[in-house]
This record gives sequence, C-alpha cells and structure tokens, in this order.
Amino acid sequence: MKHLVMRREAVLVLLLLVEMAAMQSLSPLFLTPDNLIEVVRQSAEIGLIALAMTLVIITAGIDLSVGSIVGLSVITMGMLWEDARLPLSLSVLLALMVGTLLGGFNGTLITTVGIPPLIVTLATMAGFRGIALGMSQARSIRNFPEPFLWLGQGYVADIPVQVWILALTAVLFHLALTRTAWGRSVFSIGANEAAARLSGVPVNRVKMQVYMLSGFMSALAAVIYAAHVSVAKPDAGLGFELTAITAVVLGGTAVSGGEGGVLGTLIALLMVGFLRSGLTLARVPSEAQDMMVGLLLIVVVAIDRWSRRAGGV
Amino acid sequence: MISKRISPTRFALWRQYGREMSVGVFLLLLLGYFGTTPGFLRADNLRDILINAAPLVIAACGMTMVIIAGMIDISAGSALAVCAVVAGLTAKSGASLPTVILLPMLTGAVIGAVNGWLVAFVRIPAIIVTLGMMSVLRGGIIWWTRGEWIGNLPPSFSAVGRGEVVGIPTPVLVAVGIVVAIAFLLARTPLGRHIYAVGGNPLAAARMGIPVRRVLWLVFVMHGALLGLSALVYASRFSVIQSNAGAGFELLAISAVVVGGVNIFGGQGTVWGSAIGGLLLQVISTGLIFRRVSEYWAPSVQGALVLLAVVADALRTRRARR
Repeated sequence: MKHLVMRREAVLVLLLLVEMAAMQSLSPLFLTPDNLIEVVRQSAEIGLIALAMTLVIITAGIDLSVGSIVGLSVITMGMLWEDARLPLSLSVLLALMVGTLLGGFNGTLITTVGIPPLIVTLATMAGFRGIALGMSQARSIRNFPEPFLWLGQGYVADIPVQVWILALTAVLFHLALTRTAWGRSVFSIGANEAAARLSGVPVNRVKMQVYMLSGFMSALAAVIYAAHVSVAKPDAGLGFELTAITAVVLGGTAVSGGEGGVLGTLIALLMVGFLRSGLTLARVPSEAQDMMVGLLLIVVVAIDRWSRRAGGV
Repeated sequence: MISKRISPTRFALWRQYGREMSVGVFLLLLLGYFGTTPGFLRADNLRDILINAAPLVIAACGMTMVIIAGMIDISAGSALAVCAVVAGLTAKSGASLPTVILLPMLTGAVIGAVNGWLVAFVRIPAIIVTLGMMSVLRGGIIWWTRGEWIGNLPPSFSAVGRGEVVGIPTPVLVAVGIVVAIAFLLARTPLGRHIYAVGGNPLAAARMGIPVRRVLWLVFVMHGALLGLSALVYASRFSVIQSNAGAGFELLAISAVVVGGVNIFGGQGTVWGSAIGGLLLQVISTGLIFRRVSEYWAPSVQGALVLLAVVADALRTRRARR
C-alpha cells in the first residue's frame, strides 16, 4: 500500500508540472515568483482546513460543516472584540475554542449517538451558518489593528506568514499521521472500524479528536482569513468545504477510508490553486473555473477507479 | 421491513406508519402553535403554504427514492437551477405547453443519468459525484446565463404555477399526484421492492438476482426527472428566473426526507413521510415569518430539526434492539 501511495503522489507532482507549463503558455505572467507566492497565499487558509479534512476522510468520515465553522468562529471573534470589548488576542483564543467545541459537537453526534458524518455535518453546516448570521444579523466587523492583520498580510523572510503556518502544520500532521500510534489508529479506523475496535483502538475517542481537530483548524483558518481580507463576516468560508474535499480526494485519499496522506492533499491544493490562477490570468470567468474544478474532481476519481480495476485492486 | 410493507395486517397500522404519523402529529402541534398568531390559520395563508411546499414535496419524492436506495444527492439545488433556466428559456421561445413541461424533465433526467452512471457503473461514491456535479452545474449555469435573470416570461408559462383546476392550485395537484404515484411505485411494484432491497443490503440484493446497478441508475434518472418537474413548478410561480435559484435546496429536500422518517442508512421509509416532512418545513418557514423571527436564523432551525429527527430515530432503533 505504501508504494501505491507514493506512486500516486509522484503522478500528482508530474501533473502539477504539466499544468504549470500549460499555464505558463497561457500567460507569461504565470511563472513569476510573485504570482506563485500569491497563489500559495490564497490557498493557505483552505489548506489548513484540508489538512484536517484529510484525517477526517481517512477515518472514512466527512465534514461538510467546515465552511460554516469558519463563519461562526470568525464572527464570534469579531463580536467578542467589538461588542464585548475583549482584547483581540483573547477573542482569537476564544474563537479557536469555539471552533474546537463545534467540531466536538459534530464528533459527539457521530460517535456517541451513531449518526453518519454526512448527515450530521450537513445539518450543522446549515445550523452553524444560521447561528452566525442570526447572531450578527449579517453585519461585518472591520478596523482590526495592524498587528493582527500581519497574520494574514505580513511576511517572514519574503514568505507570507500564513504559508509558514501551513507548512509547519503540514509537517506536524504528516509526522502525527505516519510516525505515531495515534496516526496508525486513524488509518485502522478507516480501513476497518470493527477490527480496529476489537484490536483495542479507542475508536470513539480518536474519531472525536479528529472532528475536534477539524473544528480547530477551521477556526484557525478563519482567524487568518479575517486578517487576510481585513474583515470578519458571518458568510466567510462559504464553499470552503468543497475546495477542501476536492483537494483531499484529488490528493489520493480514498473516500472509503483507510488510505491517503497530507502530502497528496497539499500537492492537489496547489494544482487547484494554480489552475484557478492560470485561468484567471487567461481571463476565464470564475464560474467557468468552478465548473472545471468540479469536472477535475469527477474525472480524476473516475480515472483512479478505472486504473485500480485494471490493476486488479 | 420489506415484508411488513407488503403484507400489512389490520393492527399493524401504527407499527407500519408510526413514524409518519408522529411527524403528522408534530405538524398539527406546530400549526396549533403558529395558529395563535393572527392571520396564520386563514384559508388563503394555508393555501399559500401548500403552494409554496409543492416544489419541495415533488423534489423530496425523488430524494426519498435516492436515500432509500442508500445514496445521496447534494447537487439537487444546482440541478434545479439548470432545469428552471431550461424551463424559462423553452417557454420564452414560444414552445407548446407539453414541450415546456417535458424539456426540463428531460434535462433533469439526463443530469440524473450522468450522476447515476458515475455512481452505479463507474462506482464513485455518490457524495463525491454529486459534490463535483454541484459546482459543475452551478458554475455552468451562471456562466451560460452570464448571471443574468431570465425575465419577460410569457403569461402561459406563469399559468402553470398560478393556475388552478376545480379550485385546487395546479402545483398542489401536481405534488399530490406525484406523491401518490411514487408511493404506489415504491410499495406495489417490483422496481419499488428492488429499491428497498438495494438500499437495505446491496450484497444480498445482488445475490437474489436483483440488477443492483441498473436499479441505482434508474433511481437517479427518476429523481432527476422529478427535479425537472419541481423546477418547472418552482419557476412558473415567479416572473423572473435567477441563475442562483435553488441554492441550499438540496439540504431542504434531504431535510424533508430525513424528518419524514426515511432511514439515512437506506432500505426504509415512505414517500408519505417525506411529503409531511416537506410540509412541516414550509409551515415552520412561514410561521417564523409570521412570528417576525429574522430570516437569518432559518438555516439553524432547519439544521436543528434534522438533528432532532435523526437523533430521535437513532435512540428509538437502539431501544428497539435491546
């Protein structure tokens, strides 16, 4: 299985290079350091979510509520800061806690009550968004102080801050997934939950942790996103779940669980980012880009299915 | 479960339709609750609720089959928009009424056929297929219409949505007809029994010689055609059609089905339940407007309702197992 995963990632890197060459031929502005760094910066927030989504999908679950958790935690942060007059740093911490708790709410319904993740997070996707909109009456909060905006707009050694955060988190996720007992239990739950339970894996606890992690990463992405666009609004993160899931599945993590990794997710994230950036430079409207990203998802998974069947897997 | 559906005994009514009846009771309680607001229980308001619920109930019938078969479709809202635009453009081109009715249904059936082919024959999980299809269809329709609204619809088109037959509004009549037809299909035909069998246990169904893939594919095609009809009823009530029509509609349809007691694991449930579920959602939505609750809260109420229904079902089945 290991070499299969590695082969998949090699194919992805190859695809990425082909794509970059194609985009360069579309627009000479594409392969400039400024543009490439900008693409990575644009992808960073969703990338953080996609990392946690990778773990969720490896356990054979799904989390459709991430975009709404972004909206609810960012507006919580904004309102705590502006209305409750809390220090911004404390508001950020509380927003991260709220995100984690929302993930825990999903996790409880999935593990303790035993409702499928798809239904739980479909319902909380609507529920959390509704609370965010209702609580704030759809207003947005601006005028954040300069030091906060640095999180989303600043640079360290010519690399945007959020790219550093993404890279660091990705390394942590990769190590946790491949080098620890916890990571192995995540895989074993996705491969065969009943067998994992029988062999002593604390299935419910690990799944709970995975969904809480998903909530936490969504809130972290929310905070960075607010600093990036200088505004906290309750409809932030709309549609993030789609891009995150696309990156994970495109990156070779099996929706049926038990297989995959964060490396593939990151490469796929860049593929989607570069595709959008290249198409934007070529003046393709964003609706047509949405269409192509959706097609890309279906086509890549279809090819994957066919090649597996041909290979007898 | 299947045998229970086929041979109901005289005393089994509660056991057979208990879940549907409890949603019905909940609906009556809600009507009583909102009924304390002046004007809510007036005949014309109740009539409006029925008309507004019609597209949802029609779509929920298709979604019921999809979920009973153990599948899901989250591209339904985008498909609705595509079919609504097709309906509007067909009507504007001056086509005859049968064409205006059939073309959106055909469009929906083709979308369903593609979804169904990818799910049943290419064997991609339904959640991935329809997630991708959601952005393909939505992006495609906004691109195609350039985000413009379709206006100047001919009066004959609006007559479909606003007309009435012997005093009953056409949308309500169509919805009732569809509910009865799908209920018959599910309960009284071999195809219906196959759908329950495929959703209940696909492996066992295949061993019994049921053509599992063809059944799944057919379910998606029928669901697509019903979405087309739903889009027609939906679009013909307004004077313009927007390309962002039906955003979030997939969740509404799934909510109606789940609240109506269809088992989310597949293999169990009826279209009666889904119809009552759809009506319930519409009553709540209208009721909240009468109570002057800000519309921003509406999604949370809907999400909470779905969770309430599935948690209750989960606890009930757990108790039954003991």
